[in-house]
Amino acid sequence: MLQLEHIDKVFFKNTPDERWALRNLSCVVQPDEFVTIVGSNGAGKTTLLNIISGNHFPDRGRVIIEDHDVTSLPAFRRARFIGRVFQNTTQGTAASLTIEENFAIAYAKGRTRGLHLAISEHLRKIIREKLAEVGLGLENRLRDRVGLLSGGQRQALALLMATIGNPKILLLDEHTANLDPKTAEKIMNLTNLLIRDDHLTAFMITHDLGDALKYGTRTLLMDDGGIVLDISGEERKKMTINELLERFSERRHKKFANDRVLLSTETKEG
Amino acid sequence: MYDYFIFSVQEGLLYGILALGVYITFRCLDFPDLTVDGSFPLGAAVFASLVYRGFGPIESMIAAFIAGALAGLLTGVLHTFSKIPALLSGILTMTCLYSINLRIMGRPNMSLSENLGHRTVFTMLRDSFSGIPESYLRLFFLIGLIFLIKILLDLFLQTEIGLAIRATGDNETLVEAQGINPDRIKLVGISLSNALVAFSGAMFAQYQGFVDINMGIGMVVLGLASVIVGEVLLRGRIILVITLQVIIGAVVYRLATATALNYGYSIGFKPYDLKLFTGLLVIIILSFPVIKAKFRRVK
Repeated sequence: MLQLEHIDKVFFKNTPDERWALRNLSCVVQPDEFVTIVGSNGAGKTTLLNIISGNHFPDRGRVIIEDHDVTSLPAFRRARFIGRVFQNTTQGTAASLTIEENFAIAYAKGRTRGLHLAISEHLRKIIREKLAEVGLGLENRLRDRVGLLSGGQRQALALLMATIGNPKILLLDEHTANLDPKTAEKIMNLTNLLIRDDHLTAFMITHDLGDALKYGTRTLLMDDGGIVLDISGEERKKMTINELLERFSERRHKKFANDRVLLSTETKEG
Repeated sequence: MYDYFIFSVQEGLLYGILALGVYITFRCLDFPDLTVDGSFPLGAAVFASLVYRGFGPIESMIAAFIAGALAGLLTGVLHTFSKIPALLSGILTMTCLYSINLRIMGRPNMSLSENLGHRTVFTMLRDSFSGIPESYLRLFFLIGLIFLIKILLDLFLQTEIGLAIRATGDNETLVEAQGINPDRIKLVGISLSNALVAFSGAMFAQYQGFVDINMGIGMVVLGLASVIVGEVLLRGRIILVITLQVIIGAVVYRLATATALNYGYSIGFKPYDLKLFTGLLVIIILSFPVIKAKFRRVK
């Protein structure tokens, strides 16, 4: 379970460039919930994930994971609770290391790293099984450097690495945005599977309103550093993209402004 | 002719230890570490002053190794704790080490001589294997030593900590997201790197029979030259090949400079031109990919 209490995050505080990225944001997310987050550029979506992961610290408020107050813990100290996959396909893996070496780094998460060899036959077997499930043909390429893989393959690897250490929370920051539609769908299916099987509390930022409603169990619409719409259950099941946009304009008295969102909804309808 | 070849290979192997250290910081951690110019003479100074005080060569070499690790630790702390940029951290430690090295030695140079009763690994070696010609003995010993270091380093870089070191220079975000404190990993890597460099300095002091306060000048660039010459020659992808190519790079580099010194007089090459030669070599190799890309675009 994740609790965010009255989070403020201000960048360039007390300078002419002062910008409020998050404003008094509170939110409770239960285990097994899969939250999709949409919002225009600058709404604070990525900042929210950074606050959860510990890459940013809030100026006010508390972050609580499973009854642990982690507000002031740096990212590497709360990493055992959290798995994360980024939009940039090079960010989730180390390119100069092999597939099995990348896995070994993820596999040791949450333990003190020692002076024994990182890769064992036992671990190789686990890696092969995990990769075989994904069905990208990577299970026979354990000793290939990750730099040789395609974006989709790297993203699949990043997903497996993010979830192998049994985290409580999975953070996905537009992790399929840089992939072609077919690969993106494959990665989304894998994501769904991992979240369901491992009972993860998941957050996924997306610019695709259709995906935001299609995947997950709850949708947050963010604007100007706050949550303006929080829908789940029956209400969410019946919701269409147009209704979502209407609800947004009602609340905020303005149009939902995001070129990429508009573009992707137009292409869907057209 | 043959002599100069064998001596150059020996020196190349000694520099190979330094180059392995430089490889850890430059390539694994992506941390350009200038401490090397100070930790190389530090190792030599610690070794010589302990031998002068009556310690044996083995324990003096271990002390040199530890001293180098401490020097690296200082640079690491300056960078990770005080948030001083990488280059400046190294320069600061290097500058401090100049005075520290003088303190340790008590004078700007020391000679290690059998006449003064100083023992080195090479005198020990000669005494144990009196039947073999000394230059061969040294060569075999140095090959054995560097391969021992290489194998230990190969193993270390495949441990959990070793993998973390290699991943840190590649993708620090990932390392942090996987629960590793990148600062701590940098401290380990920079310390180990400078420990190897100081060890190389101690070996070099025994090999040439003296220590000079200025013997570290240009060692960073020499180490870097070895690493990238090795990369050009072998282009290894796995760690076993990469460490081998670093050693080969150091030997080839040393052979190239020795050749320049031996035969360069005909074109007016002087010993003091050596640093210029090294600098130009590194500049050419590092610029080559950019120039090649430009050339291709023009075509």
